[in-house]
Amino acid sequence: MQIYLPIAEVSVNIFLLVGLGGLVGILSGMFGVGGGFLMTPLLFFIGIPPAVAVATEANQIVASSFSGVLAHVKKKTVDFKMGTVLLFGGLLGAAIGVQVFKYLKEIGQVDLLVMLSYVVFLGVIGSLMFIESLGAIRRSKKPGPPRKIKRHTWVHGLPLKMRFRTSNLYISAIPPFIVGALVGVLAAIMGVGGGFIMVPAMIYVLGMPTKVVIGTSLFQIIFVTAFTTLMHATQNYTVDAMLALLLLIGGVVGAQIGTRIGVKMKAEQLRILLAIMVLGVCLKLGLDLVLTPTEFFSIARGGH
Amino acid sequence: MRVLFLILGLISASIAVANETVVSELSQDGVSITANFNGSEIFIFGAIKRDSPVNPSAGNLDIIIEVSGPPVAVLVRKKARRFGIWVNTDSVTVERAPSFYTIAATGALENLVSNSERSLRNLGLEYAVRVADEKDEAFRQAVIRIHQNGGTYARETTPVTLTEETLFTTKVALPSNIVEGDYTAKIMLVRDRRVISTSRSIITVRKAGLEQWIYELAHEKPLIYGLLSLAVALLAGWGASEIFRLIRK
Repeated sequence: MQIYLPIAEVSVNIFLLVGLGGLVGILSGMFGVGGGFLMTPLLFFIGIPPAVAVATEANQIVASSFSGVLAHVKKKTVDFKMGTVLLFGGLLGAAIGVQVFKYLKEIGQVDLLVMLSYVVFLGVIGSLMFIESLGAIRRSKKPGPPRKIKRHTWVHGLPLKMRFRTSNLYISAIPPFIVGALVGVLAAIMGVGGGFIMVPAMIYVLGMPTKVVIGTSLFQIIFVTAFTTLMHATQNYTVDAMLALLLLIGGVVGAQIGTRIGVKMKAEQLRILLAIMVLGVCLKLGLDLVLTPTEFFSIARGGH
Repeated sequence: MRVLFLILGLISASIAVANETVVSELSQDGVSITANFNGSEIFIFGAIKRDSPVNPSAGNLDIIIEVSGPPVAVLVRKKARRFGIWVNTDSVTVERAPSFYTIAATGALENLVSNSERSLRNLGLEYAVRVADEKDEAFRQAVIRIHQNGGTYARETTPVTLTEETLFTTKVALPSNIVEGDYTAKIMLVRDRRVISTSRSIITVRKAGLEQWIYELAHEKPLIYGLLSLAVALLAGWGASEIFRLIRK
C-alpha cells in the first residue's frame, strides 16, 4: 500500500516505512542508542530527499528519547543540572547547525555535507567500537583486572566550576557546554540525537558515572532535537509529519522488542554487531560519494 | 459566369478547410493528490465539427493531444569529481521545463506537423523543454532524461483512435509522482501538416484532504506546524512508555 508523503512529495510503501521504524527500533532497543544515525541514511536509500529525512528524523528522536527518559526519571538516573548545561550548549550548536544547513541547501551542497558527515562519523565511531569490542572479547577470554576510568582529567583545571550532585562531580561548566554545542551542530546537520558521541564524551571527557549518562544524554537530546525540529520546520519547511508518525509507530514497538533481545545477548557481542552495522552503512554512503554515478545531473526543486 | 463559378468554388473549398473545428471533453478536470494517490488516468474524447462535407482533395486529417504541466524554469545541477568524490559543481537554469509532458497522436509527431509549427507551439519534447543558451544542451537533455526515467515525461506517443475522421478518443496516464499545478490538455486538429483548430482544457492537480492540510500548515504557519509535530512526538513517546509499562504489569 503506497502512501503519499506531503512534504517529501514522494509516494512510499507504508509497510516499508513502519518496517524500517520497527527495524531501527529493535536495534535501538538492543544497543541503547537513539537510532537516528541508522534511520536517516536508510531514509536516503529509500528515496526520501536528504533535507526532509534529516528534519523529520529529528522530530522522531524527540518521541523516542522522551519515551526513554521517562523510565530514567523514575529510576532517578538523570542529572538535570548537567543536562541543563549541556542543553544550553546544544541549543547554541543546533542554531548554528540549522543556519549552516540552510545556507548549503541554497547553494546545492546540503546532500554532500550530510553524506560526508555521515561517512566521517560513522567511520570513526564504527571503527573505534569494532576495535574496542574485539579487545573486550579477547580480554573476556583471558580474565584480568578491569580497566579503570580516569576520574581526574585536564577538564578539572578549568574555571567556572559547578557542583553536579547527581553525577558527584565538581567541574567547570565550560567542557559540558562545548560538548553540548558540538553535538547540537551534529543534531541539526545529520538528523541525529548525537547520543553515540555524547555518551562516550560524558564518560571519558567529563568523567560522569556510567549510570547517569544515558538518562542525562536523553534528557538534553529531547530539547535539542525539539529545537532542531522547530528550526527546520520554520526555516527549511522540511519536517514531514506523516513520515515521522509512520516511523514512530514502528519505532516504539521495535524498541520494546529490541530491549528484550538485548538482555539475552552478551554486551561485547552486541557492540561488535553494532560496529559492523555502522561500518556497513558508512561503506555504502562512502561508495555513493566515490563511485561514478549513473546520472551526473539533478533537478533542484523550486529553481525559479 | 466561369469566373463566378471559380470564385464560388474557391470560397466553398476554403470554408471546408476553415470550418473544421475540434470539440473535446475530459473524463475529469481535476486530480486530487491524497494519501493513497497512485496515479490517475484521464480519458480524452471529442469530435470534429464541420459545416460542409470535406473536400476530397484535402490532405490527411490528424489529431494531436498534448498534456503538459506548468512550463516552469528549473535549476539543474551537474556533478563532477573533486578530490575523489562527486560534488555538485555547475548549475544551469533551464527556462522551460514542464513538470509533466505527454503527447497522444494519430501518428508519429514528426510526420504529422512541420518543424516550424512544432517550434511555434512548443510541441514535442524537443521543443517543449528549452534552454536560453545552446551550449547548455546537455542540461536540457538531462531534464528530459531524468523526467523520462521518473515517468513524468512519456517516452512514446500514446495512440489516438480516430473514427470516420470525426470521433476521437485516447487515454492519458498521470503517474503517482506528479506535482501540483494547473495542467493543460491541448487538442489540436491537423490538416496538411498545419494545426487548423485547437481546443484547450485545464486539469487542476492539487493535494487534497490530510495531505493538503499538512502541506499548507507547514508552509503558511510553520511555527504552529512545528509545535504540533513536537506535540504528536511527545504524546507518542509518552503513550508508548505507558502502554508498555501496563503490559509489563
